[in-house]
Amino acid sequence: MSSKINALTKSIWVFHVSAGSCNNCDIEILDLFTPRHDVERFGIQLVGSVRHADALLITGAMNKKAVPRMKKIYEQAPKPCVVVAVGQCALSRHMFRYSYNVDEPLDKILPVDLYIPGCPPKPEAMIDGIVKLVNKLKGKK
Amino acid sequence: MKIKETIKEKLGKKIISWEEKSSRRIYFSVDKSDVYETVRLLFKDLGLRFSTASGMQTPAGFEILYHFSFDQAGELYSLRVEINDKERPEIDAITPLFPAAEWVEREIWEMLGINFKGHPNLKRLLLADDWPDDKYPLRRSS
Amino acid sequence: MNHELKMSHKIIVPIGPYHPLQEEPEFFQLYVEGEKVVDIDIVIGYNHRGIEKICEGKHYDQIPYAVERICGICSSSHPYAYVLAVEDLLGGEATVVPERALYIRTIIDELQRIHSHLLWLGLAGHFIGYNTVWMWAWKYREPVLDMFEMISGNRNNYAMFKIGGIRRDIKDEDVPLLKKTLDELLPALEMFRGAVMDDPVIQARLKGAGTLTREQAIEWCVVGPTARASGINMDVRRDEPYGAFLLGAIDWNVVLRKEGDVYAKTLVRIIEMQDSVNIIRQCLKKLPKGPIDADVKDIPPGEGIGRVEAPRGECIHYIKSDGTNRPVRHKIRAPSFMNVASDKVAAVGGTISDATLTLAAVDPCYCCTERVAVINKQDNKKIMNGWDLVRLCQEKTNKIKEGMLDG
Repeated sequence: MSSKINALTKSIWVFHVSAGSCNNCDIEILDLFTPRHDVERFGIQLVGSVRHADALLITGAMNKKAVPRMKKIYEQAPKPCVVVAVGQCALSRHMFRYSYNVDEPLDKILPVDLYIPGCPPKPEAMIDGIVKLVNKLKGKK
Repeated sequence: MKIKETIKEKLGKKIISWEEKSSRRIYFSVDKSDVYETVRLLFKDLGLRFSTASGMQTPAGFEILYHFSFDQAGELYSLRVEINDKERPEIDAITPLFPAAEWVEREIWEMLGINFKGHPNLKRLLLADDWPDDKYPLRRSS
Repeated sequence: MNHELKMSHKIIVPIGPYHPLQEEPEFFQLYVEGEKVVDIDIVIGYNHRGIEKICEGKHYDQIPYAVERICGICSSSHPYAYVLAVEDLLGGEATVVPERALYIRTIIDELQRIHSHLLWLGLAGHFIGYNTVWMWAWKYREPVLDMFEMISGNRNNYAMFKIGGIRRDIKDEDVPLLKKTLDELLPALEMFRGAVMDDPVIQARLKGAGTLTREQAIEWCVVGPTARASGINMDVRRDEPYGAFLLGAIDWNVVLRKEGDVYAKTLVRIIEMQDSVNIIRQCLKKLPKGPIDADVKDIPPGEGIGRVEAPRGECIHYIKSDGTNRPVRHKIRAPSFMNVASDKVAAVGGTISDATLTLAAVDPCYCCTERVAVINKQDNKKIMNGWDLVRLCQEKTNKIKEGMLDG
């Protein structure tokens, strides 16, 4: 396992990208860093530059205007970079798949490593998802 | 200030129809050529607050409803204007009267393709720059 | 509780060199000359998902689900304004909706106001560098979300509103716990109010920043706390009462300030939260027995307009029906649509270090505040992004603190 992935399992620096979201998932992501859930104790930290990111937390229904920016951000993220789809919109575009302003779902645009369903997913669900991801990266079931 | 009476008095015969659906919902219509003067009366003279405007496609063309709020009495005055032109619908912009109308008129133009004459900044607001010029999302597909 | 106070982690990591995001239009493009913001371009549409068009294809009872997802924070305002629009068409909320449902609607609406303002307060605290304010505000938000979960089954997206009433009832046995949780909020809110009104650093930081004058507020037709902070006396709950306010049974006040700056906007929101707690307590006390749903079946042809006072201001929906089970037209205007546009005058003329605070003061979507670019007017080069701006905003507070310690 590459040293980067190994390091990832000890401490993940996450960068948040919204590609046309209603903000609910984004707020629940931020909520993870506040006292009740406090994911920093697991080594998860929110960073302000994609250049420092180990993982991208992507929310949103893939709005046409937002997708190019999201792709550029992914290109700039140092690889390997884990992509986490947070929320129903990022999973499948949710009800917006009928929208004139939404094209392909996220996993047809970028390779997704973790899907966290919910509208929005509860913080506990997000933590559960990240634990599963870390275990997968470590090679555990 | 007696809003209803003043509107009726100042506009007189320009009012094509007047309907009070309830004590707080007044819908009245004028010809599209009178929209600028009517909005000036409602906003500048009567001090009503511009809440928003909704555009819609109709069998004859298009219709715009400008919603003005008289907050002191909780009344909404909805000014209806018909644009009976399916090919090149246009109307005078009200943005020159107050800046809050800029985004509202841009959105209607973008979604329905109604041209606002005299609008200082009629360009894309919500849709991406590369959205095709002749596609208007809120029009029923022909 | 004390160990949480020691948490003052810096969540922002300093930014590295510039990258080709320059060509992408950011939400807010601030043009600066030296320290001053001389112009601003606001580019929206990143969240535009075509909900009005989607609603034309849904039947009336599917629409609350769709509009709830316009904005996650104002999750109950849009469905409420929508059902009010249809009820307006039917003859008005007062004639259609049973009394118990009116009280529960107001309870949900006011709980939403508290959670939204606490969220804003946390972000504002973060922007000025008081990360403990962020942690405390969001910590106190959790019991509010717990109350939502107790009443509706979900922390966010409550699915409570339907045409003619509400979908779920509040159980009698839950009322004591709801009252207790509300009571526990009050000391925290009083603490925030005291902090804002008494802390000289916060006062110096917020006063005079991002001022929107009364005249500008009128020209830009702003709504909500943004308007009330500039002396505009408007609040849909009083102007066109709905829910429990319709019954004239609630004792409350519209909160007004005159200064129009971020300080005024902050105070308006804090006092509104305290007021909301009182409104909910009154509703819980007066909650009558009875049905919660009028079981409306058909929507006849007609038009209706509904509006509510969302945490950010007037949220207005227009519905046109032709008698079929889908609307012909559904127009939605969220409060931020009017408020964000006013940044054109509020942010211009101010300094870069106040910019984030000014933009945040109208309470836009959190996502929007991430997408900011600062561009040097002389050579059109991007010199910093949103995260840098936040850091600058926080640094100004430190300078003020140091200045006070020296003086």
